[in-house]
Amino acid sequence: MINSDDVFRVFEPHRGKAIVTTSGTAGRKWPQTSNNPERDVSMGSAMGQTTSAAFGLALGLPDEKIVLFDSEGAMLMNLGVLASIAGKKPKNFVHFLLDNEVYATTGGQPVPNNKGIDYAGMAKAIGYASTHHFDDLEDFATKIESIMSEEGPVFISIKIDAEVQNMPVGMRDMTPARPRPQTIKELRAELGITA
Amino acid sequence: MVEQQAAILKPETLVDEFKKNGVTHVVTIPDSETNYLYELMVEQDWLDVVPVSREGETPGTALGLCIAGKVPVVLIQNTGMMEAGDSIRGMAIDAGFPMVFVVGYRGWTRRGVIRDSAAKYTEPFLNAFGLDYYFVETNADGDRITTAFEQARATSRPVVVLIGDEYHGFNR
Repeated sequence: MINSDDVFRVFEPHRGKAIVTTSGTAGRKWPQTSNNPERDVSMGSAMGQTTSAAFGLALGLPDEKIVLFDSEGAMLMNLGVLASIAGKKPKNFVHFLLDNEVYATTGGQPVPNNKGIDYAGMAKAIGYASTHHFDDLEDFATKIESIMSEEGPVFISIKIDAEVQNMPVGMRDMTPARPRPQTIKELRAELGITA
Repeated sequence: MVEQQAAILKPETLVDEFKKNGVTHVVTIPDSETNYLYELMVEQDWLDVVPVSREGETPGTALGLCIAGKVPVVLIQNTGMMEAGDSIRGMAIDAGFPMVFVVGYRGWTRRGVIRDSAAKYTEPFLNAFGLDYYFVETNADGDRITTAFEQARATSRPVVVLIGDEYHGFNR
């Protein structure tokens, strides 16, 4: 298993100018690693719909690379989006899935069939242009450069450690994050979008 | 009979209104009643049709397009709109972008009693979410679609257009 911090640390040098967004608790630590917060955007959340928002962003910005760090609990709530993405085939879309096998934010209960799902196989079968699976950090570090140069949609599933939160929500040490409207405003300013 | 009804609300009316309002993308799930509209939309070189797998995907996909500076329209049926409730909340209402949802009003009828629960709950659903809506039944109502766009832009909120003639006018 791999720590999400290490995934982000290995990914960041290969990010280039990609726009990055995250879904679920697995992506919570990305802001601490990112060296380009003006190109990080929070899309909000609604039962796995961050994936759809990232898909829409990829369609709307075909000249920008869009990277999503998704989580398996969120993606299972919105699996049909894989077909939607595969149907439109956005060449600029890189879809990471950080799979910790549990609902970490609600105490660590396992997601359905948590050890038995081949997410990369699912993405391949549904029509993603390229798919990968990693459970070894060194292997991921070796391949990330070539993955980021592939034509999308690209899907990369990575098994990560579960960082389970069990405290009541009001008592948690919440990672400071820029609110969604601010990230959107700053991204649009960075891209010169006024519409 | 069918030809007579086809004149009530032409799909061209919707496409013309979309073009007038600068629409770039239609995020949609085709249904049997809107097939001619779908065929007409995919023929337009200024319009990108984005088919999705379930209505819950539509607000998020539209949000991404809005952030990118595009002008999406969501085209779904009332049954799917109700399925998409949390997405409408989180990805449309809370997001602060103008979005127009064109919603087929399955089960609505001007005559007799509405028996389809999809129709019974449509307007209560919209009212519960605090969403304003405009009713379009004939070609003469077409400019209400522009009114919906104007309101969405003025308020940076979703506005709904209910298509009351879904069972007739969209088909040839």
